[in-house]
Amino acid sequence: MTQKLVVVGAGMASGRMLEHLIDGQPGDWDVTLFNAEPRGNYNRIMLSPVLAGDKTYEEIVTHDDDWYATRGVTCRFGEKVAGIDRAAKTVMAANGDVLPYDKLVLATGSNPFIIPLPGHDLGGVIAYRDLEDTERMMALAPGQKAVVIGGGLLGLEAAAGMAARGVEVTVVHIMGHLMERQLDEAAGFLLRRALMQKNITVLCSANSKEIVGENGQVRALVLDDGTELPCDLLVMAVGIRPNTALAQSAGLAVGRGIQVDDQMRTSDADVFAVGECVEHDGALFGLVAPLYDQAKVLAQTLMGEQAAFVQKSLSTKLKVTGCDLFSAGDFADGAGREDIVFRDPARGVYKRLVLEGNMVRGAVFYGDTADSSWFFGLIKDETDISEMRDTLIFGPAYQGGSAVDPMAAVAALPDDAEICGCNGVCKGQIVEAINGGAGDLGAVRAKTKASASCGTCTGLVEQVLALTLGDEFKMPAAQPVCGCTDLTHEEVRRLIKSQRLTSMAAVHQELGWKTSCGCHVCRPALNYYLLADWPLEYKDDPQSRFINERKHANIQKDGTFSVVPRMWGGMTTPNELRAIADAAEKYKVPTVHVTGGQRIDLLGVKGEDLPYIWADLNKAGLVSGHAYSKGLRTVKTCVGKEHCRFGTQDSSGLGIKLEKKLWGSWTPHKVKLAVSGCPRNCAEATCKDIGVVCVDSGYQIGVAGAAGMDVKETERLADVATEEEAIELATAFMQLYRENAKYLDRPYKWVAKVGLDWVKERVVHDLAERKRLVEAFELSQSIYRKDPWAEHARERAETYQPMADLTLEAAE
Amino acid sequence: MTNWIDIGSLDDIPRRGARKVKTVMGCVAVFRTGDDRVFALDNACPHKGGPLAEGIVHGHSVTCPLHNWVFSLETGMAQGADEGSVATFPARVEAGRVLLDAERLAARSAA
Ligand code: SRM
Ligand SMILES: Cc1cc2nc3c(=O)[nH]c(=O)nc-3n(C[C@H](O)[C@H](O)[C@H](O)COP(=O)(O)OP(=O)(O)OC[C@H]3O[C@@H](n4cnc5c(N)ncnc54)[C@H](O)[C@@H]3O)c2cc1C
Ligand code: SF4
Ligand code: FES
Repeated sequence: MTQKLVVVGAGMASGRMLEHLIDGQPGDWDVTLFNAEPRGNYNRIMLSPVLAGDKTYEEIVTHDDDWYATRGVTCRFGEKVAGIDRAAKTVMAANGDVLPYDKLVLATGSNPFIIPLPGHDLGGVIAYRDLEDTERMMALAPGQKAVVIGGGLLGLEAAAGMAARGVEVTVVHIMGHLMERQLDEAAGFLLRRALMQKNITVLCSANSKEIVGENGQVRALVLDDGTELPCDLLVMAVGIRPNTALAQSAGLAVGRGIQVDDQMRTSDADVFAVGECVEHDGALFGLVAPLYDQAKVLAQTLMGEQAAFVQKSLSTKLKVTGCDLFSAGDFADGAGREDIVFRDPARGVYKRLVLEGNMVRGAVFYGDTADSSWFFGLIKDETDISEMRDTLIFGPAYQGGSAVDPMAAVAALPDDAEICGCNGVCKGQIVEAINGGAGDLGAVRAKTKASASCGTCTGLVEQVLALTLGDEFKMPAAQPVCGCTDLTHEEVRRLIKSQRLTSMAAVHQELGWKTSCGCHVCRPALNYYLLADWPLEYKDDPQSRFINERKHANIQKDGTFSVVPRMWGGMTTPNELRAIADAAEKYKVPTVHVTGGQRIDLLGVKGEDLPYIWADLNKAGLVSGHAYSKGLRTVKTCVGKEHCRFGTQDSSGLGIKLEKKLWGSWTPHKVKLAVSGCPRNCAEATCKDIGVVCVDSGYQIGVAGAAGMDVKETERLADVATEEEAIELATAFMQLYRENAKYLDRPYKWVAKVGLDWVKERVVHDLAERKRLVEAFELSQSIYRKDPWAEHARERAETYQPMADLTLEAAE
Repeated sequence: MTNWIDIGSLDDIPRRGARKVKTVMGCVAVFRTGDDRVFALDNACPHKGGPLAEGIVHGHSVTCPLHNWVFSLETGMAQGADEGSVATFPARVEAGRVLLDAERLAARSAA
């Protein structure tokens, strides 16, 4: 006896289900297939190749008229099902036709989510879901502009497809890196770089504010920072929502999707659902692999066979030519989880495996995805990998044989194998240099130039040294930054500049970081190096800073904070003192201390009160003293010739000018200055990082002093005649220190390494370099010379409060 | 029995950062990792009471701001050579909201 089957939606899931069903029980079913789109089943995921011009629509049709005709499927395409009467077991078509069913299948897919920004209903604002959307994008002419909101799979495929047609595309993504659900930061960085090379502009951490139009048509997208992105078409690809309206109005159990059991049955025994519209065991679906499994289970259930749908690990690939990426499983860090990371900066390859116990749980590959299916197999089958762990990341080709010893690999290289790609140096030349007396890395570098440019082949050169010299070779004892890398601070600084690395993810990838996102040791150092070298490009990352610099106050042993306002050159006024006294009373500050740096410290302020005490101090003109920073601290002065009978110059005046010029700048370690009015030196200028001693003929400028863990007198940088020159030299010295020192080296330690003569050469003698240094400093100050207290009090006060207060609730 | 309570939006916590939640028995630190997972731990370091919510978050660990002990956010165990552990509490994200288990938070006053 044939049964009446009504299927709502001719998508990828129902298409596959019908194949199984009709091939399994031909003739048993009288099928009516509704579809809201005016066409039958096609391969939706291939819309991207159609958009890019690699395929035509005809090539992606999966079931043509003939297929439906020979199988007796009644097609009602371009017709929506408007309602279901479950008691009567009928459906109603949009034109009012009522059709009875024995079994009903809902396969309504999902709806693209449209962010309700002002202007979202303008003409030219579309989603990316069906052939109509694709055709709209294909209709753009070369040179026209499109904006895509959403840097996920769909958004990027849309962007790449339009860019391939010569359209100028900008992708606006709210998260910090692309495809954040499938990729980690390192792979996201590589992907972004590849897209930029395809002339796609990619804006991350970008918030859309409104869409503006003209005569009802979209004209531009405006971001919340005011940036306006002109466009002729705006594509929103920000996510999908299961299409549950029909099921809901029919009174079926609906959560986020239509709820089904393992047999794809809804809360009504005769109604089934399949595809993106369903919710199974709390999960939703957005990729075809699980939908195909569901389709098969549903067909079997309808045929009366035993079957159950089981959720499996998923894998993703992006269908953009030239962007080879793959991600699968769960690649979040976790206790008991370990990472194996492999990076080949030269080839732009990044691979990361996440292991738990002896199993692979997740994988992210970029650049080389040749072995991805093998790795996906390991994840799905939960294969025990303990035997091949050491060589696992190299893929199946390396398994089963003997373990690869890196030394053996280098030994096996022929003499003409290239070791240093930048300078074209092969193994033979290096061996020759070593046999000719070059006994360490520096000597090999000097003689052959191997590893002297980008430095990424340093490890290989060292291995050649070790092989050639045998026991005589001592690995250099250079201290790496931390366990995340083998590179030293100096190497990292040099490479950040030479390779123009402007983001943390770029450093991690290009310099082969061994962890996915660094640690508390390297992150603050990298954050400093990046902001110092690329003040405009790099955005400071508060989460990579120690708490004092993140909250602009010194943390105390009991978790409270201290607040030290700036007193320019150690000068203050009754008004400032009154504001400090009022604040101390108002916020019940337990301790007020006069510091060794000529200013006042309010100790024991509660974290919650910080933005408010700052706002109060700001009102009296007091700003942050940066007593917490690796940056400019105090400029101590004596009263100088204004009052003192021995004073030769206006020492407090110069101190204030210096402080106003240098404040707010970040440095490798803290920097303190002092200006004394005469050689009696009451401001202790001869033990400061930069100290000026005024004399009758002008100003003696000393640098590299200290009076902390080491006590060291300053060394004379130069004697100058005018205040302007004194300020210029101090500024140039600051910048040279900022550009070159290792993070956490005070100036005296750094000068001891590079030599005072090297510093003098650049700061004093080479006038062009001095000018460059001063300009570079000013450029950076155009961003950083501002009061962080005012900014935080104004914009981020709520982040200083507890997120929630549950004490009240419990009291009820 | 779990009694999930909504303490705020995931966006209220910076990535690789934390926020505090006040409870009758002291503060709980709610962490958000780089991969958008959330974890709730006692906000007091077992070493000398350092406020863990102010630490640097890396991977699924946090470094105490006072003397750099590192703790696993998943287990609360000190990592490396240091010994000690912090209480952890169930936390999860649903539809962009951060949920904590009120029963477990309350239970620690009884314990
Ligand atoms: C507040 C103050 C002591 C005081 O009450 O007078 C102070 C307090 C601290 N000093 Fe200092 N130093 C203070 C003047 C000094 C001085 C004197 C000076 O600047 O003329 C020195 C010696 C001069 C020098 O730096 O060469 C000084 C040498 C140090 C050192 C050793 C630095 C070194 O390179 O050897 C440290 C440790 C560090 O920075 O790593 C340190 C670190 C600290 C820290 C930040 C310790 C910490 O990490 O928590 C203290 C913070 C207390 C707080 O919560 O506010 N403090 N510290 C002084 C603040 C001055 C200001 O107005 O900003
Ligand atoms: C451009 C693009 C690229 C993609 N790339 C990939 C990829 O690379 N890999 C991957 O795994 N997945 C990809 N996907 C996702 C994949 O296409 C979907 O997961 C899949 O198509 C969902 O199948 P479905 O049958 O559930 O829904 P659909 O294919 O959306 O079919 C649902 C159909 O139901 C119709 N309908 C809805 N309501 C009614 C109603 N009341 N009456 C009648 N008809 C109705 C709709 O018009 C629609 O035609 C991509 C998606 C898009 C849009
Ligand atoms: S000398 Fe400085 S660091 Fe040491 S206890 Fe005093 S304030 Fe703290
Ligand atoms: S209080 Fe946390 S490490 Fe000392």
